[in-house]
This record gives sequence, C-alpha cells and structure tokens, in this order.
Amino acid sequence: MKPNSVAIVGAAETTELGKIPSLSQLQLHADAALNTLKDAGLGLSDIDGVATAGESPTNVAHYLGITPTWVDGTSVGGCSFMLHVRHAAAAINEGLCETVLITHGESGRSGIGRGMFRGGGGASLQGQFESPYCAMGPPTIFTIPFLRYMKETGTTLEQLATVAVIQREWAAMNPRASFKDPLTVEDVMNERMIAYPFTKLECCLVTDGGGALILTAAARAKDFPHKPVYILGTGESVETPMISQMEDMTTSKAFRVSGAKAFAEAGISHSDVDHLMIYDAFAHLPFYGLEDLGFCRKGEAAGFIEARNTAPGGQLPLNTNGGGLSYMHSGMYGMYALQESVRQLRGTAPAQVDNASISVCHGVGGMFAASGTVIMGNAIP
Amino acid sequence: MANTAKIPVPVATPETLHFWEGTKSGELRLQKCDECSHVYFPPRPFCPGCASRKVSIFKASGKATLYSYVINHRPHPAFDGPYSIAVVELEEGPRMMTNIINVDQTPEALILDMPLEVTFKPLSDDIHLPYFQPGGATS
Repeated sequence: MKPNSVAIVGAAETTELGKIPSLSQLQLHADAALNTLKDAGLGLSDIDGVATAGESPTNVAHYLGITPTWVDGTSVGGCSFMLHVRHAAAAINEGLCETVLITHGESGRSGIGRGMFRGGGGASLQGQFESPYCAMGPPTIFTIPFLRYMKETGTTLEQLATVAVIQREWAAMNPRASFKDPLTVEDVMNERMIAYPFTKLECCLVTDGGGALILTAAARAKDFPHKPVYILGTGESVETPMISQMEDMTTSKAFRVSGAKAFAEAGISHSDVDHLMIYDAFAHLPFYGLEDLGFCRKGEAAGFIEARNTAPGGQLPLNTNGGGLSYMHSGMYGMYALQESVRQLRGTAPAQVDNASISVCHGVGGMFAASGTVIMGNAIP
Repeated sequence: MANTAKIPVPVATPETLHFWEGTKSGELRLQKCDECSHVYFPPRPFCPGCASRKVSIFKASGKATLYSYVINHRPHPAFDGPYSIAVVELEEGPRMMTNIINVDQTPEALILDMPLEVTFKPLSDDIHLPYFQPGGATS
C-alpha cells in the first residue's frame, strides 16, 4: 500500500466481551459496527466499503443496510482483519470506495448463530494427511512446532510459562480482561496439561465478542472526533494450511514475509516501535513473532521476555491488553489486537504506554498458515 | 492405539490415489521430479519446486526421524489415553504428520530425532493409514 495515505478514524469493540449468549454471531458484528460508527461520528450511509471474515461480507452489509461499492471477504483466519486493513487502504487509494467498515463478530464460546466451521472434509489435503491422526483443533496442532523450537533454541518450559505470567500482569490493568488474577510460573506449569508441553494457561481463552474499524483517506482523517491512527505500512502472506508442511518449525515464513513488507513500507526501524501486538493464540507465538519480525535474533526471544522487556515498564510493551491468553479470544483474535494498537495510539488504553506513537500489530491466521502485519502511527512521519 | 473406527477416514482424490493404493500394499509412496529431482509430499501431479509435470512415483524407504510433536491429553474416542500427534521427517526429505505408536506416549520415550519406521493399519477396505514406530535407524 501507499504509506501514510489512509487512517483509522473509528474503532470499537462489542459493548460486552466474554460470554454473550444473548447475541448471535451476526449481531456481534452489528453491535461492533454500530459502536464504531458512533465512535467515528458517522452513519451507515457514510460507509461504502465492507470487509469481514468468518461471515460473508454480503451477510454483514445486508444486515446493517449498507450498499457498498467495494467488498472484501478475505478469510485466512484470525489475521484476516490485518489483511482487510491492507486491502482497504489500497482500495481507498484506488478510488474504489471512500470509507471502509471492517467488522468482526464471533460467538466462539456460546456458539449462537455460528456458521459451520469450514473444514476441508476427508478429501482435502488436511483431511487425508493430518486429520486421521486425531488432532483435536488448534491446541493439538498449533503447538506441534514448539518442541522443535525448544530443541533448536534452548528455550525452556519455564520461559514458555513466563509469557502467560507477564501477559496476566498486563491484563490485571484492564477492566475488560477475562482473567486478571496474578499468576506465577509454577501456577502455569502446574495447570492441567492440554497437549504436552502446553498447559491450559498457555492456550488462549474461548470467548464471545467482536470489534470493528472504520478507515478513510488520511486527508479526511482530522475531521473525525478522535485522534487519527495512520496506516504507515502493511504486509501479508500465507505459507501452508498443513502444519506438517511448514518449511521450518522454528520460524514462520508467513511472519517473515509479512513483517518485512510492513517494515519496508513504513520505512521505520525496530527502535522506532513503542508498542507491539503479537497475536498470541498460544504462549509460543510471541517467541516466533519477536524473532520473525526482527525484534530479537533467533533463539533470543524467550530471554528477552524473561528479562521483562515486554512487561509493564519494559522497553517494548507487548500484548498490553492481556492478549489472547488473558484478555479475550473469540477464535479470530486479530481484530482485538488491532483495537489495542488503536487505543494505545489514541492514548486511551487501560494500560497506556507513555508516549506511544508507533505500534506494530502482527497477526497469525490458521496455524502458522497466514499472516498480516499493520504498522500504525498517531502522526504522519 | 485403540479404536480405529473412530478415526476420520481419508477420501482419496485422483491426485492422491497412488499414495493410498501404496499404503494398502504396504508401501509408502513419494513423488520425485524428473527434471529437478525434488522429492515432495503431499501428492500432486506436478513439482512444487519447478512446476514440471514430469514426475515419478517411487517407494520410500519408510525410515524417518521424529521432527516434533505434542501429546494430546484431552480424551479422543480412538485412543485409551494421552497420545502423540507428531511430524516426522522422512529419510528422503519430506515431512508428514503421524502418530508415533508402539512406544510409551511420554516425553521421556519420545525423543526428538529418534529413528522411526513406517507401519500400516487398515481404517477401511480402501484406506490403510501409515503410522510410525521406533526402529529403522537411517543408514
């Protein structure tokens, strides 16, 4: 995309997060959209672009009463919303639309009005060559690479547990976080084993919720109620739908490609970054993110986190909402990571980072299958 | 390993039929590009390295090493207790998912890079699934 040309002028989550059996999945999209329109001071008729994942953009546009001139239904998992931001920026620059609404809503916990999970069936490559080995969803698939990562890098199980401990410290400052009680490394390691070596507290939550964003041209961005959050750079990529076919289980190719593209577009260096979000469906994701985005050298991420660099008061605040491990995780968490980056750059986050002016928000889709990166700033450099 | 009736049965496609015909006759079949010699998996009728359609099917050695794994502790109707979900690296290079069987399902017994060999179990008349067990040190 063309750097600095587009801004986020509206951002909000659903009124409630957590367990919301009173709303269907589609209504979670709508609740988030209506809150975001209010945040931006806009009406439905102002929206001419719609992007979403998990629901068809047709469903969302029709339900809300929007007649768009541009839609994007890119659905590559939880980072889809990062890709929507990237695609929306390109569409706005191309003149395909002026004001884009990106929505997410997911009844991940209550399962109200949730569409069927679109597995490939027995004839897909996963169905033939992975499903027969009785993996039971992400906790038993996304986690497979980590023992190889441990062996190659010397990372320990205590260091894995530390990720959950530090993210809980951030969550403790966030009234909307699902879990706020302090944790110790021992607490995490002694929890119920889900898929060795991952205990329950090293796996994400399962909750209901949603969020939405509104984007428009940077030139218009100062006309809105809140401080604009400019899109400085973006990246995206995909690697493989099958975890067994990752090129190297100690690094994500999609992360590397997406991250490098975003940094190149933004023209910033790592030392310019004040705030970082790395989609943490499981506790090992921040290690991969820190290394594959270039914040740490290979094998040094665990020590970096253990030394409290990403903790409250550290030099690189990471997952400051508490993350998928403690804040919320509806299934496609990328939207909540984007929301936290926007809050930090507006200066309205519950655990506000002092003088945050550049935030990197990095998402994963599927299980190391896809990636999207959005670099945002509260001023045009 | 308990109840194979509870395992999701693969459905072969025209592109993968040779693989499933192979496992039924006790062979693990891979493909190799006739132009660039790349050996690859899962099956497809072209080389993912160079896009050549000139590819051959061959019988793999069945030897592998343990690349990475988890031990699932949540109950599954096909298993009596915790079980490994693993990725093995075949002697010829490609990796594939499997369960490591005929060994304790513990971190102490499942050591990364340990030598493994393929074995097969029928899930249906047509589909025999490859598994890996300790043994078959690579030469």
